[in-house]
Amino acid sequence: MKIKKNIATSENGFIFNPATGDSFSGNAMASVILVAMKNGVNPAEIKADILKKYDVNAAQLDRDWEDWIIQLKEANLLELELNHGN
Amino acid sequence: MEKLPYERPYIKKLTPGVMNKFGNHSGAQPFKYIDGIQVTKLVEAYGSPLFVISESQIRRNYRSAYRAFSTRYPKVQFAWSYKTNYLNAVCQIFHSEGSWAEVVSGFEYRKALGNGVAGNKIIFNGPSKSKEDLMLAIENDSLIHIDHLEELNLLITLSESLAAKPRVAVRVNMDTGIFPAWDRFGFNYENGEAWNAITKVVNSGKLQLTGLHCHIGTYVQSTSAFGVAATKLTDLALRSKNKLNQAIEYLDLGGGFPSMNTLKGAYLPGTDTLPSIDDFAEEICNKLINSDFAPNELPLLILESGRALIDDAGYLLGTVLANKRLADGKRATIVDFGVNTLFTSFWYDHQISPAQDFPPHTENMVIYGPLCMNIDVIRENINLPVLNPGDHLVVHKVGAYNMTQWMQFITFRPAVVLIDERQNIHLIKAAETLDYIEKNENVPRHLKAK
Repeated sequence: MKIKKNIATSENGFIFNPATGDSFSGNAMASVILVAMKNGVNPAEIKADILKKYDVNAAQLDRDWEDWIIQLKEANLLELELNHGN
Repeated sequence: MEKLPYERPYIKKLTPGVMNKFGNHSGAQPFKYIDGIQVTKLVEAYGSPLFVISESQIRRNYRSAYRAFSTRYPKVQFAWSYKTNYLNAVCQIFHSEGSWAEVVSGFEYRKALGNGVAGNKIIFNGPSKSKEDLMLAIENDSLIHIDHLEELNLLITLSESLAAKPRVAVRVNMDTGIFPAWDRFGFNYENGEAWNAITKVVNSGKLQLTGLHCHIGTYVQSTSAFGVAATKLTDLALRSKNKLNQAIEYLDLGGGFPSMNTLKGAYLPGTDTLPSIDDFAEEICNKLINSDFAPNELPLLILESGRALIDDAGYLLGTVLANKRLADGKRATIVDFGVNTLFTSFWYDHQISPAQDFPPHTENMVIYGPLCMNIDVIRENINLPVLNPGDHLVVHKVGAYNMTQWMQFITFRPAVVLIDERQNIHLIKAAETLDYIEKNENVPRHLKAK
């Protein structure tokens, strides 16, 4: 689950997809996670880091993570992970 | 080390386009207090969902509406429309302000009597009045508004043996230029039915024709329609005096003034588009004052306004149960009140506010009630901040019709509290219980659980 390489992000939450021209604004938490994802940090590490620094419990974070991934998929910001099967 | 505040990660697509000529939509604001009482404390004390009624707001609404009419016309009387909200505490507020009672069934009639309203200050409307209801109303010298010929004939028969003449009014329906024209209640003006009914009442010699009544519609957004109604009733009243020698004591223009709620499908909010009570008063009173009534013979003007007087005095408090993403990526929030409790969500796009502080990002979402029914949708589209389970919401302007048309369906009906003018909280209707609902049920012996 990786963010597309060409996606540009800024510290204040602006996200730009040069392939489609779509732009997005994200909140502070979204910016933090996007930067980590772009740097190749895996989800478990990102979540552990958030739990350490932010006032949230693991259950809530897991719930929100599910929603976060759906948002990224909807926004077409994730690399396609093709399952070749055999 | 103190942890940083967390908020759910959220991105929103930016869509460039033409600037909105109406300016930026003002976002939701946290609504934490009702008449100085904290919303979360109300929910903690009385449960969720919970209806809250502001006595101060009812009195403000009543006084402002009464002032709108009484400063323009010399003789004005309001009658509280029981069906809009017949919780006894609510009715008593209106009665204490000087309202008579306007009822539309034997049940409501007896409720008004129970509230201590004098019989001669009860207006009995509606197409369904039983013989017993009519006898009770006659005995109490109430104002009976005749809806159809069967009722008129029954009243004449009932009054055969009476010494005093029952006081009646003829309900008139008419074309006032609005759609739909309500022609199902009363007698039609244009085709002459209304005049025939008036003639029949007067010629019977058994009934005292005291007034004329109309109620042209509900949530009427045009002031001119009320002007037309006032003109047509005036015409009938003057004809009655000139041709039948029967003076009309009052004209009852009914209700139908809108509250400031936004109807479904409306582009702009009701607060921006609807005429005020003063606009309606100006139209009605001008027509009456400028009519051919002699100044000393102006009839009493009765108004039966309901929703305009109470809608914004009622709030529904609720709690978020869950969030989900729908198949198309749209956010859905599930709350603990449904269309069974908030009946008016079928008509209105109710304003909904979170009852706590929230982060600045908002998201378009659908709000579903808790019923396992597809129709249970409170708002199909609303921009709200991210809501977490356990968060409280406040639905605005729910005072009219919800506490009478609510359905006992799937869940219990919630409690209703009143905040009085001194900020004391009173439980005016307790939440339903299983015992209450099953009280009148009977299971045959062979079907009883063993």
